[in-house]
Amino acid sequence: MHNFAFHRPASVADAVKAVGSASDGKIIAGGQTLLPTLRQRLASPSDLIDLGAIADLKGIKAEGDGITIGAMTPHAEVASSAIVQGAIPALAHLAAHIGDRQVRARGTIGGSLANNDPAADYPAAALGLGATIRTNKREIKADDYFQGMFSTALEDGEIITAVHFPKPEKAGYEKFVQPASRFALVGVFVAKTKGGVRVAVTGAGQEGVFRPKEVEAALANFSADAAKGAKVPSGNLNSDLHGSAEYRAHLISVLAGRAVAAAK
Amino acid sequence: MPTVKMTVNGKAVSADVEARTLLVHFLRDTLELTGTHVGCDTAQCGACTVHVNGKAVKSCNALAVQLDGAQVTTIEGLANGDTLHPMQEAFRDNHGLQCGFCTPGMVMSAIDLVQGKSNLSESEIRAGLEGNICRCTGYHNIVKAVKAGADAMQAGKGR
Ligand SMILES: Cc1cc2nc3c(=O)[nH]c(=O)nc-3n(C[C@H](O)[C@H](O)[C@H](O)COP(=O)(O)OP(=O)(O)OC[C@H]3O[C@@H](n4cnc5c(N)ncnc54)[C@H](O)[C@@H]3O)c2cc1C
Ligand code: FES
Ligand code: FES
Repeated sequence: MHNFAFHRPASVADAVKAVGSASDGKIIAGGQTLLPTLRQRLASPSDLIDLGAIADLKGIKAEGDGITIGAMTPHAEVASSAIVQGAIPALAHLAAHIGDRQVRARGTIGGSLANNDPAADYPAAALGLGATIRTNKREIKADDYFQGMFSTALEDGEIITAVHFPKPEKAGYEKFVQPASRFALVGVFVAKTKGGVRVAVTGAGQEGVFRPKEVEAALANFSADAAKGAKVPSGNLNSDLHGSAEYRAHLISVLAGRAVAAAK
Repeated sequence: MPTVKMTVNGKAVSADVEARTLLVHFLRDTLELTGTHVGCDTAQCGACTVHVNGKAVKSCNALAVQLDGAQVTTIEGLANGDTLHPMQEAFRDNHGLQCGFCTPGMVMSAIDLVQGKSNLSESEIRAGLEGNICRCTGYHNIVKAVKAGADAMQAGKGR
């Protein structure tokens, strides 16, 4: 890992300033993705701006029609939060199955959504629930936020401050784990919301997280059998040594069925 | 160079380090606490697990400068003089180690995992140790050791 200048601002405004004045500044949150990247020298920023000392970015609260989670809230806290377990148990369940215990103690929801790994879990929840990503500048609907693998609507230096999840009538998440990495080989989030049924798939799409139209259509009445019967085209799915595109397509319907059956 | 101040195993420490210094290197190279091991480059093996403010984290995947002011406990901080921590004792009693390379991380994870819980099932223990890899003993005896260690901690022998 190359060296860098380190900043630990106490406010979002100071963090924005520090990123802006660095020649190649990068935000660090939990570091669970960024530090392995730096150690492999896949990136070598001039400055790291740590969000860890900004109290405003932490915490979970009930707000309006749902819950709001600060960007720096670690996965373990979301998993064990009584507010999350009460309002959206599927989200607590999802957070409890990210990586391993040690990763959950440091990795954050903001870092996961900023990174938008094509096999990460939170993008499925954000897209499946129709969340709103709040930044230092604006609010971005999940439907506009995810723009292909590792790519988002965030501009250079824009900082996620919180994520708002509307409470669904019911939701479920099923993850088929790639046993070596613990990331999703395929993960499916299903939600019955006021605006209809939403389904989001991670791990399978060549362009990262996406909504499978066929499964959403089949799920109009939110029945597990209907989900299992949906045919998902494999054309835009990943194929690698862990599974072919056809295998992933099959997993999407099976997992959607299980997620509906388990939905709370 | 930035100055880092922490409390490590109950003692206040302070040192000037390069910003890029990982917590594990701060512990091993600066403080010479070599009980914490480095087993991989990818934050996957868990050999480097220590407690930061009471929670198990991978010390190879955190910068020392991010943890300014933190309370850190390493494997060296568990025993009370010559008396091993009940979790350490349980690993010895149950043949929960062979070469011992993964053991410091396993013990630190196990203590965090069982803290405040009673009667963890075998599957809960296995799931809780997903972040720790052992390449020689096999997990069977490790799980047995964690169960025995948990019971001993519950029985009040531990902290
Ligand atoms: C062994 C292992 C297993 C894992 N398994 C899984 C898994 O199963 N599922 C899963 O989803 N993830 C998994 N992860 C990734 C983990 O969840 C990360 O914590 C997460 O993806 C990134 O969060 P972070 O807080 O660590 O971000 P960092 O690593 O600090 O940052 C990641 C990126 O996001 C940017 N960033 C961070 N915060 C913000 C912000 N608030 N605003 C704007 N940009 C920001 C950073 O600049 C960086 O580019 C795993 C990681 C490891 C090491
Ligand atoms: S050394 Fe392998 S996880 Fe830290
Ligand atoms: S005892 Fe050798 S690696 Fe676990």
